[in-house]
Amino acid sequence: MKKIVLMGNPNVGKSVVFSRLTGANVITSNYPGTTVDFSKGKMCLGKEGHEIIDAPGTYSLEPSNKAEEVALDMFGQADLVIDVADATNLERNLYLTLQLLEQKKPVILALNMWDEARHTGIGIDLRKLENELHIPVVPTVALSGEGFSDLVHRLDEARSPVEIEPMTESERWIKIGEIIGNVQQVTHRHHTLWDWISEASIRPLTGVPIALGAIFAALWLVIFIGETLITYIFDPLFVLYTPIVMAISTWLGRGLLHALLIGQLIDGQIDYIQSMGLLTTGIYVPFAMVLPYIIAFYSVLAVFEDTGYLPRLATLSDTLFHRFGMHGFGIIPVFLGFGCNVPGVLAARSLETKKQRFIAATLIAISVPCMAKNAMVFGILGSFGLVYVILVFTTLFLVFVSSGLILNRLIKGDSPEICLEIPPYRKPDPLTVLKKTWMRIRWFLKEAIPFVFFGVLIINLLYAVGFVDWLGGIFAPVIQGWFGLPQEATTALLIGFLRKDLAVGMLLPLAMSPLQLVIATTLLTIYFPCVGTFAVMFRELGIRDMIKATAFMACTAFLVGGAMRLVLLGI
Amino acid sequence: MEQPLTSLETGTLAVISRLEGGHRFQNKMRVLGIREQKTIRLVAKHPFDGPVVVDVEGREMTIGRRMAGHIITAVPE
Repeated sequence: MKKIVLMGNPNVGKSVVFSRLTGANVITSNYPGTTVDFSKGKMCLGKEGHEIIDAPGTYSLEPSNKAEEVALDMFGQADLVIDVADATNLERNLYLTLQLLEQKKPVILALNMWDEARHTGIGIDLRKLENELHIPVVPTVALSGEGFSDLVHRLDEARSPVEIEPMTESERWIKIGEIIGNVQQVTHRHHTLWDWISEASIRPLTGVPIALGAIFAALWLVIFIGETLITYIFDPLFVLYTPIVMAISTWLGRGLLHALLIGQLIDGQIDYIQSMGLLTTGIYVPFAMVLPYIIAFYSVLAVFEDTGYLPRLATLSDTLFHRFGMHGFGIIPVFLGFGCNVPGVLAARSLETKKQRFIAATLIAISVPCMAKNAMVFGILGSFGLVYVILVFTTLFLVFVSSGLILNRLIKGDSPEICLEIPPYRKPDPLTVLKKTWMRIRWFLKEAIPFVFFGVLIINLLYAVGFVDWLGGIFAPVIQGWFGLPQEATTALLIGFLRKDLAVGMLLPLAMSPLQLVIATTLLTIYFPCVGTFAVMFRELGIRDMIKATAFMACTAFLVGGAMRLVLLGI
Repeated sequence: MEQPLTSLETGTLAVISRLEGGHRFQNKMRVLGIREQKTIRLVAKHPFDGPVVVDVEGREMTIGRRMAGHIITAVPE
């Protein structure tokens, strides 16, 4: 089976091409650095099956971050290369093309975003370009699928031209100059409204208010969509579901199976948050409390990603993020971390140095609550008043800022400056947005449901064997004495390693005051990452840095928890 | 007169005359499109020594202040 690797500069649409060729869905967006790992898929051509590999983008074959190293690695394995180039930016893209051709692997060039090139007045003579490069050149529009049958048909024409000899860097640029002079014609284009908006949103004076407005609007939208879904869809569904579980409950009678499936009845009724049965809390928490917010968050994020706004936000936050030992791009992993910490930590790969990646991953794990947990905080704490929710987020924000400042001083290593391409604004394609949101929701369901079930099971088990009381007793000095919480909160912190959303739910039956709940939910974010985040941090940072990060988290939780007790509870 | 990109006024058009700094840095700038003889426009300079935003042939890029200081430009008369 032939290995076909997609290579190209960042943000030229390789992942969209990949989805087109394989039918497999991968996350695509309008900013450089969306793909940080490779994906594999299959494509059948005639009788033969081919393996298609989507690699992260790279500007040259000299890697400058971890994602580009992956790209180079994939290139090494390729039997055939589809070089995806941005037709609106041919000159710069040709640098990588020439480097690929010098490596003597068969290459075919896909000139993507062909429609955009046409609209912006860029004309490329395809025949001449083929003659210059000695490889097939196919214009494509990955979003619409234009040019793909051509691309697939001409795959076997891919070749490694003997005419292209290895060159030095300056020889390459001279060659590119010749080629561009020969094949490309640019008609002058007037500034459009979008150009004006683009510049306004990246200049400090106008950009900062726009950014604050955009973030505020996004936040409002997430809460609005989430609440609407709960009120009009998910809660009514559970009203229909309740008689069914009640019937099951009666049918089961008392016993172990009832305790496991239904849990405890509160005043003879099912309480979806407190009952702790597989069919009650195990279903209600992921579906009725968390899923609506997951849907809301990821649809809003998808629109943000596809417009191309994120790199502008990265530019505006660069100065601030430098104080935290990163640069502006660091805001993108943080943003993704609000959905789920796992992709957030992964996205840190696009940062150049170990120091930056360590700080990004640690800050996400310690102070960026994921949407699953946020949903529970809105749901439970929100019922006592918005002020308590705001208290949690303000504290986490302060933890983020101070941890960033401290880690920047504590961690040795370089923090290079930002160097980021700003893509043009594009109108998000509704179908792409829907598909992407659906992929992420499916991923959530696949990852979350088993862990919630497992969590509910463990909780029942731990209570049954008396482990909870035993553990509570051991940690009582810290939990009760230092944090000012009931000692049963220890179990919630323990379950928090499995699922933080479930852990928040476990706090409700403990009859805490709202301020105690504020302390407990805040600590649930800080003290330790959940198992998924823990695993990905371990993989990305290595065991030594992982231990360092966890030690930092434990210390922070201890200090912040104590401080919150003093300030909020006054004891 | 030659001057580093950082000392241009916002909105100025200039021609890149040369790049300073290490080989890797120069290479990175060139593959991003920031090359000798290209016309560059300073779109924005962020305060507190923040990054600068430039436009080269209709493409915007954000680069750190120190990096931008290594891009030497000439403003046409």
